[in-house]
Formats: sequence, C-alpha cells, structure tokens
Amino acid sequence: MTVGTSKRAAGLDAGASAIAGLDSLELGQARSPGRLARRSWGAVWPKLLAVAIVLAAWELFYLSNFHGDTADHLITGPAAGIANLWDQLTAGQLWQAIGTTVQTAVTGYLLAVVIGSVIGALVSRIPPLRAATGSIISGLQTMPSIAWFPFAIILFGESQSAILFVMVLGAAPSIANGLISGVDYTPPLLLRAGRTMGLSGVALYRYLILPASLPAYVAGMKQGWAFAWRSLMAGELLVLIIGHPSLGVLLDTAQNDQDLTSAISIMIVILAIGIVVDMIFSKADAQVRRRRGLLTDAA
Amino acid sequence: MAGTANGSLSADQAVHAVRAVTGPQDRAAAVTLAEVSKVYGRGPGAVHAVDRLSLTVGTGEFVCLVGASGCGKSTLLSMVAGLDLPTAGTVDTGGRRVAIMFQEPALFPWLTVQKNVELALRARKVAAAERRSRTAGLLGAVHLADFAAKRPHELSGGMRQRVALARALAQDADVLLMDEPFGALDAMTRDLLHDELERIAAERGLTVLFVTHNVREAARLGDRVVVLSSRPGRVIEEYLVPRTGPRRIDSVAVAELASKVTDRLRAEMRRHEPPGQSGRGAAS
Repeated sequence: MTVGTSKRAAGLDAGASAIAGLDSLELGQARSPGRLARRSWGAVWPKLLAVAIVLAAWELFYLSNFHGDTADHLITGPAAGIANLWDQLTAGQLWQAIGTTVQTAVTGYLLAVVIGSVIGALVSRIPPLRAATGSIISGLQTMPSIAWFPFAIILFGESQSAILFVMVLGAAPSIANGLISGVDYTPPLLLRAGRTMGLSGVALYRYLILPASLPAYVAGMKQGWAFAWRSLMAGELLVLIIGHPSLGVLLDTAQNDQDLTSAISIMIVILAIGIVVDMIFSKADAQVRRRRGLLTDAA
Repeated sequence: MAGTANGSLSADQAVHAVRAVTGPQDRAAAVTLAEVSKVYGRGPGAVHAVDRLSLTVGTGEFVCLVGASGCGKSTLLSMVAGLDLPTAGTVDTGGRRVAIMFQEPALFPWLTVQKNVELALRARKVAAAERRSRTAGLLGAVHLADFAAKRPHELSGGMRQRVALARALAQDADVLLMDEPFGALDAMTRDLLHDELERIAAERGLTVLFVTHNVREAARLGDRVVVLSSRPGRVIEEYLVPRTGPRRIDSVAVAELASKVTDRLRAEMRRHEPPGQSGRGAAS
C-alpha cells in the first residue's frame, strides 16, 4: 500500500517536472531589453534627422531664390526664423497664446470625449438607435469641420462656444465610432467564455466588453484628437475673439503684417504641439496593444 | 436527405438501446440528455444538428464523444452548458454547476494569468482575499504558480490551455465540458495534459464530457467512449473502458480500442457517401 502511494507520488513529481521543463523550453530565452542609453538614442535620432531635413529644406528654399524678387525681402532663412521664434517665446505674447489655445483644445476635446463616449455607449447597446444613427455618425465624419463655422457663428456669435461646438462635432463621431466598433468586434468566443463564467448585464460590460473594446476606443480617441485640433486651428483663424490672444490670432496678425517669419514661428509651435500630443496617443495605443500581445517588440 | 435519415437511423437506435443496457448505470446521473433534438432554421433548408439523442453521464464519469464532422458535438455541449436551448427533448444537469473549455483558451488578453482565473471567482462574487488564495491554489494545481503575473500572449499554447483549465475549475463546476480542448496542441504537450487532466478530474471527482476528433485521445482518457453519427447527430455506439490503472496513449489496450472506434466511425462515414459514387475508388 505504502509502496503504491509513493510510486504514485513519484509519478506525479515526474509529470510535474516534465511539464515545468516543457514550459521553460517553449518560452525560450528571454531577450534582454538592451541598455537604456542605447534604446533612448534609438528613439531620438530619427527625430533629430527629421528636424535637420526640415531646416535644410528651408535653407535651400531661402537660397534658391525660387520665390522671385517681389517677396524677396519677406523671406528669411532658418537662422533668422529660429531667432524670431526665440524672441517671441521670451518676450512676446506667444506663451499666453499657447496657454489660451491649449486650454481651448483640452476643454473641447474632453467635451468631445464625454459626448462621443455617451453616444457610442448608447448606440452600441440599443439596436434600433444604432440602425437609425449609424449612418448619421459616419456621415458627420465626412463633413469638413470648417463648413460648420458659418452655422456655429450664427448660432453662438463670434465666441469660444462656436469653436467648442465645431470641435465637438468634428471629434465626437470618431470617438463614438471607435467605441461602437470595439463593442462590435468583441470576440464571440470571449463572450461565450464570459457568459459560462456567470458574467451578465453590467458585469459583462465592465469586465469583458469594455476592456475588449479598449484598443478600438483608443484609436477612435486618437483620430478624434486630430479632428479636434484641426477644427480648433480653423476656428481660431475664423473666429477672432477680442482681447483673447490665441495661436490663431497671432497667425492672423502675422498675415495682416505680412510678417512671414513670425508666421513660420507660430506654425512651428502649432506643429510641435500636434506632434507632442500625437506621440502621447501613439504611446498609449502601443501600450494597450503590447499588453495584449497585439504588438511585438520588433514592430 | 431528411426523408431517408429517419429510416436509416432506426437501426442505429437499436444499437444504442442494446449498448445502453450494458452502460454504467451504477452511478447517479450527473447529466441526462433525453431525446434531445436541435434544428437550425426552418422548412426544407433546416439543418438537423442533433436528432433525438439520448445520453446519460454518471457522476464522476469521464465520457469522450467522438464523431465525424457534422455530428453536432459542439451544439451538444452548448446545450448542456445552457448557452443554447434544445428544439425538442430535455437536458438535465440536476442544478449542477457546469463549466466549459474550448479548443482556443479564450482567455482575456488584457488580464494577467492571475486575474483571468480571479475573474471567474469575481463573477460569483467571491470576496477579494478568498479570490487570491483560491487562485494561488488553482494555479499551483496546473503547475503555473510562477506565471501568475504573465499575460496570456506570453505563454505557450499548452500553458494557456492550463490557465483555461484553472479558470474552469475556479467556477466550482461539478461538470466540466471540453470541446476539443487539446486539438491545437502538439502531441507531446497533449500527452502531458492528458495526465494532468486525468489527475485533476479524479482528485476533484469531476464529471467530464469531452468532445474530440482524436480517437486515440478518447481511448486514452474516457471511462466510456461514445460514437456519434453525423447529420443528424445521434449515439450509434458506446465502448466501456475498464479502469485497470494508469493508461498510456501508446499502450496496446488504448490502440485496440482506438482501432475499434475508428472502424465504427469509418462505417458511419461510408453511409454518407453521395449516391452514384460507390466503387469509384475501386475502379481507379
């Protein structure tokens, strides 16, 4: 009897260690992530190269005299442009303008996220609503946001509200669509697994459907940001609010003063803000995907 | 097709009736399927996935279902799991808790191994502290204690399937339904998982209904191997396997049973040969 049980225990141990051995063979060797310095250099050099290419193109444009003699006195090279940007950043209204614009951007975008998410959640849950509004949401996305401004200005006057209104109209459909497609593409097998586990109703949404739709939702939010930012820039150029210096107002002033160098400086700032925010979204997107094994480290 | 099916099936039913007498009636029934039919669609295009199928699985019994394509195996498991309702007949699990495992692990990719198992406990409102301790125990049982913090995509196929097994066990089920759970795994991993599953099912006294295409796997694991006909699915043969100690997939007894089951399945497949094609193989 004792012989039998100890034999059985030995068999169990042998099975367990065979399994442990197979597991370690299948997982293979973990790759070392590499030195921090090396990895950060890998991330930085393409961006430095991009800046160098832009500056070189600018210098070439300046030297080529392609623009002819009439505008000659207006064009400056990258050196003068960067000096102008430095002046504006240290002395002018630029920081205040950046503050105003970023504040509007955040407000409008958050509004769009809230409204888009609520619409997306409702539409994905209620089939008749979905049948009725699905094409409206997609249709709204194809409407260029600038075409909304006359409507918005008539409705709200030349005010911040008009700009926020157009931003929400531009961004909310993308966010709603992202959430809806995420819910739609929840793998049916995961739903079956969840239901047999006893998940239903609110718990099914909270623990299964919402996390499953996160990648599509984040992609929708990223696209929504791009629409919101474009709408905001168009809005600031069209809707000039007195005593409220924004990047759009400074750009408009530069245009009126025929000050090409200042215009370029402000465009650089606009570009930089866009790039930084895009990087944040890309990072979040990559993080969500990597955690799910949808993104390999090589990619 | 539907017209001829009834005539040919009455013979099969007779075979089933004979076999049922010799079946293991000594244990209390855990799952009883009585004259269960499942029809998808209506009218002439309707598909009879399962037709008047009767099967009783005793408590603690390990029953393997084998059949060619179209025998309604997955439909059958869905009905036992309560995910699908039969068109006619009754499915009775006596209020037992039923868990199901699929060919794919169906783990939630955004959760760690630990959280995947815990979610099954959370769904039944088990308190947080108890969730943690029970999850640790379950992961230990499937030899994955060291991988609790990993995410599913970081594991091998066999390891994921063991997480799925731990998650199914976390549901405190008396009845474990398995739909070709090891079908996507390599033979070596599968052999080890057979041993694991056999040990765990025995330790916990689980009633297992195991669907597979792999006849050897069925002969290796089952206390009883049930052969199903195709389109519509019905029980046409049952083989009892005496429990005489540990079995190996490469043992003579398993091979003998597997070849008997294979012969029976081939006979069933020949029944589905389209008319006018008989002898074509011999002529060429």
